[in-house]
Amino acid sequence: MNTVIHIIMIILILLVLLTIAAGLIYVERRMLAVWQDRYGPNRTGPFGLLQVLADMVKIFFKEDWIPPFVDKKVFIIAPTIVMMAVLMSFAIIPFTPKIGVVDLNIGVLFFLAMSSMGAYSVVLAGWASNNKYALLGGIRGAAQMISYEVFMGLSLMGVVILAGSFNLRDIVEAQRKIWFFIPQIVGFVIFFLAGLAETHRLPFDIPEAESELIAGYHAEYSGMKFGMFFVGEYLGISLISALVTTLYFGGWLGPHFLPPIVWFLIKMFAFILLFILIRATLPRPRYDQLMSLGWKLLLPLSLLNLLVTGAVVLYGHL
Amino acid sequence: MISHLRSLWLVFKHMFHKRETIQYPEEKPYLPPRWRGRIVLTRDPDGMERCVACYLCAAACPVDCISLQATEDENGRRYPEFFRINFSRCIFCGYCEDACPTYAIQLIPDFEMAEYDRQNLVYEKEDLLISGQGKYHGYNFYRVAGVDAGVKPKGGGETESEPVDVRKLLP
Repeated sequence: MNTVIHIIMIILILLVLLTIAAGLIYVERRMLAVWQDRYGPNRTGPFGLLQVLADMVKIFFKEDWIPPFVDKKVFIIAPTIVMMAVLMSFAIIPFTPKIGVVDLNIGVLFFLAMSSMGAYSVVLAGWASNNKYALLGGIRGAAQMISYEVFMGLSLMGVVILAGSFNLRDIVEAQRKIWFFIPQIVGFVIFFLAGLAETHRLPFDIPEAESELIAGYHAEYSGMKFGMFFVGEYLGISLISALVTTLYFGGWLGPHFLPPIVWFLIKMFAFILLFILIRATLPRPRYDQLMSLGWKLLLPLSLLNLLVTGAVVLYGHL
Repeated sequence: MISHLRSLWLVFKHMFHKRETIQYPEEKPYLPPRWRGRIVLTRDPDGMERCVACYLCAAACPVDCISLQATEDENGRRYPEFFRINFSRCIFCGYCEDACPTYAIQLIPDFEMAEYDRQNLVYEKEDLLISGQGKYHGYNFYRVAGVDAGVKPKGGGETESEPVDVRKLLP
């Protein structure tokens, strides 16, 4: 009986996540428009909400073309990897004390492993497309994601030190007194920037960079295969927002007048909006600027943050 | 870093600005009176066609979308036998209005000319002619012209002197 409830919960979480990812297309277009003094899609249905449906119908009915020059098997597998990796990462997110797929005691490590898997999607898609722009995008994606992964992990260690656990539930429980973004403000900023790079969202969308690489690694993709990359990207945004909420902003914790799940979703959507605001504001850096920002600034900073956090915790124990 | 945060804040503030968009079919944009839109042929104050079929508009047209044929009535007044504008070619540059010596051809603030059939965009003279004078009131070419075309006798214009009899000896 318990297993059945568990399976139903997994399916429900999956459905809600996919709905959120699809809805984010509308939210992003609308919010970008709002910040550019426009209205955005407001014709289909009330407030243009049916735009999501129209977009989905459109992308499902598009021709799903596999170019004759591609490496067919890898070309088909690549877009599924990003979706699988991101959806797997959602397994460890504790939405509330009760809602959540699995209570893994190495939750943070599992997330890091899965986000590394996501890099394969970009690399394989770029490589299998047999197109120089796609290959360039794939190479950039590989370099960017691998280098940003390093201090993404390192920036999380501060939280792990403070909470004394890799388990996300324990980390949330450890924030009852104070949310970790106050003692870990540096770690939070670094994690957020690394998250932007990891999901290759707009200021760091160097693997796809329309203006120089057409669409980068997914230049040859069409129809629902392209849609998978798209949904994967939006799921990635939701994942990073959910993780920032869990790790730094106390997850489901909040005053009692609202249920825990509402607190979680409010915080998560605030970060999703921040993602979109950053997209609306900042221009794309050059490739070498991104790399030097990562290796020369953020990596030393995250190491320093780790050192100071460790020293402070050690001093407290003495 | 600070400048990035500042621009984030500035962009965020745009949420509360006035929208630039005009919600077109419900809300019409303001078109100034000299807006270059659909082309019309106007009439003079007496209700006759202003066009004297001089072909200057057709010559000025950069896309050659105007075609016409001149003819004369029994009084010697010139007018176009047919006057045809292909609006699927017209670029609304207004050169024809500039070239017209009699204020006959004018561009008006109307751009809603969408058609399903391209052929329907070819306007004939009866589609182009309006019953009013358009933007320039009170002007009648044949009242100031030096010819008699049934509007006034030769030399009968307001600023015109009587025709000189060149065979007469006295000044």
